[in-house]
Amino acid sequence: MQDLLQALTNGAFLGAVFALAAVGLTLVFGVTNMLNFAHGDFIMVAMYAGFVCWSLAGLDPLVAIPIAAITLALVAILVYAGIIRPVLGSTQLAQMVVTFGLLTFLRGVIQFAFTATPRRIEDPIVGSIRVVVGGVAVTGAQLVSAAGALVATGALAWFVHRTETGRALQAVGEDAAGASLMGINSGRMYGLAWALAGVSTGVAGALLINNFGIDPLAGASFGIMSFIAVALGGFGSVFGAALAGLLLGVVQGVVGLYLSGYTLTAALGIYLLVLVVRPQGLRGSR
Amino acid sequence: MTATLAPPTAQEVPAKRVPWGRYAGIAVVAALLLAYPLVVTTSFLQTIGVMALTMAIASTGWNILGGYAGQISFGHAVFFGTGMYGTTLLVSDGWSPWLTMVPIALLAAAFGVLIGLPTFRLRGHYFSIATLAIGMMVMSILPNIQWLGATDGLSVPFLDEGFWNLTFSLRDKTEYYYTALGLFAVTTVAAWLFLRGRIGSYLEAIRDDDIAASAVGVPVRRYKLYAVAMSAGLTSIAGSYHVMFVTFVDPSSSSDLSLSTAIALIAVVGGAGSMWGPILGAWLVIALQEYTRTYLSATGRTIDLMMFGALIILVAVVDPRGLVNLIKRGYRRVRR
Repeated sequence: MQDLLQALTNGAFLGAVFALAAVGLTLVFGVTNMLNFAHGDFIMVAMYAGFVCWSLAGLDPLVAIPIAAITLALVAILVYAGIIRPVLGSTQLAQMVVTFGLLTFLRGVIQFAFTATPRRIEDPIVGSIRVVVGGVAVTGAQLVSAAGALVATGALAWFVHRTETGRALQAVGEDAAGASLMGINSGRMYGLAWALAGVSTGVAGALLINNFGIDPLAGASFGIMSFIAVALGGFGSVFGAALAGLLLGVVQGVVGLYLSGYTLTAALGIYLLVLVVRPQGLRGSR
Repeated sequence: MTATLAPPTAQEVPAKRVPWGRYAGIAVVAALLLAYPLVVTTSFLQTIGVMALTMAIASTGWNILGGYAGQISFGHAVFFGTGMYGTTLLVSDGWSPWLTMVPIALLAAAFGVLIGLPTFRLRGHYFSIATLAIGMMVMSILPNIQWLGATDGLSVPFLDEGFWNLTFSLRDKTEYYYTALGLFAVTTVAAWLFLRGRIGSYLEAIRDDDIAASAVGVPVRRYKLYAVAMSAGLTSIAGSYHVMFVTFVDPSSSSDLSLSTAIALIAVVGGAGSMWGPILGAWLVIALQEYTRTYLSATGRTIDLMMFGALIILVAVVDPRGLVNLIKRGYRRVRR
């Protein structure tokens, strides 16, 4: 029972980060109708941004959060302007493979710059904290990353659903031509969606380096989990993606306790099961 | 792609002209492929040839589903892996590798249909994500299956050298090269015959507009299933050959996501929906990869990743129909 509680807790804390990652991905999909296969690698780049801040300037990952967020927003805008905008009117195949090219390219560049050697932040501020509640232990890194992820996810959801610009973003996602007639600059909204995705991956990456190792493939598993969360939650649904991210974390935690070799299998299995029963996802409308 | 309402004029549709350009292209490519191991005698370069031909077969399979029918799969390593594991198991039971190819391809085709039944209800991105997830799921299960060697994998038993055993001297790869070339020729002709008639037109109609295709009476679901069966079978044959060349299979070498994406992206770089695409893409990508990995220092090993990535982005942005189409456009410009 104690173990189960611990596993549930670990899973929920990891799930919060999955949720943040998934929200960025679903935003881009909802607005531009494009899947960014390099999404997990944005997180990886953010982890390295945090690592550079730490190793060059001695900045703690917590301090590096805004720097990583801004860096990744710039990267995302650059990616949008350079390679995404040219394929927006192109075939589905072009739209699908262009971010696969980006993924391959980013991994190559990062590995070239930092080699494949795994890196680790030593002694982050939150590293020494350990809280035990009713026999369930939670580390400071877990607390901070979950809290940060929830705040960032909430802020993004608030922005998309409650602000004028956020509603414009949604309008472009629903009907770009109609939105243009209402005076919304759809190109700018696409850029904004990518920038927001950059911010979310930047925050996620900086939070993760408190307790995760950094290597050129570090983003792969987070990328996959955010894909599954987005597909599970319903493509384009911010709330659905966040919920599905949390759920995936918990499932991984619990399954890891009983069948340690099958955590990924279980997460994928749930997704495929939902797919068969409800192809539009938990909260999707399509 | 561009739709015009006016009926084609006589000038646009020449009456039964012999496609000399295509024949010349086939002759040139065939001559180059046949001459390669005679001109290039180092084992390293011949290995590039063997691997390029193997990947070309796998991508030809992918191309039927992804390039012609427009169902973009990122899980084709499952079928490649079926070929690798299946052939290893049967060869261990004393089969000739050649005899394993067709039965294992039929098994892979059955897997393809099994995967297609639920996933073909999904369209576009949704389908692609599902194939990605299925591919990863298989890879996550494989290390737990004892009779497939779990994480250690399986080795092909040591066989006497000879054609029947698909085992040759390793000093010189000429024999491997020509058997791979033969297999590539057979699979390409098979794919061409498959796509030549009504099936090919139906698949392209499904790719271009599945709702319209269904409205004019194309049985969309059934034809997608035909496509995935053929596609999976051909990719599995590539896996069968590959395992005889490397004599070893484990989860990461057979079902990796990067293998799935390589199979897909090789076809895309060369030319999705073109018979020429896979061989052009495979040769380019494999040569690029092997050259940079062998001749550049440890840090240089990632240059192939950067170049491959840049190449994919370039193709997607400049011409999603691939390098073949760029060459064709250049050829037409020169002729004019």
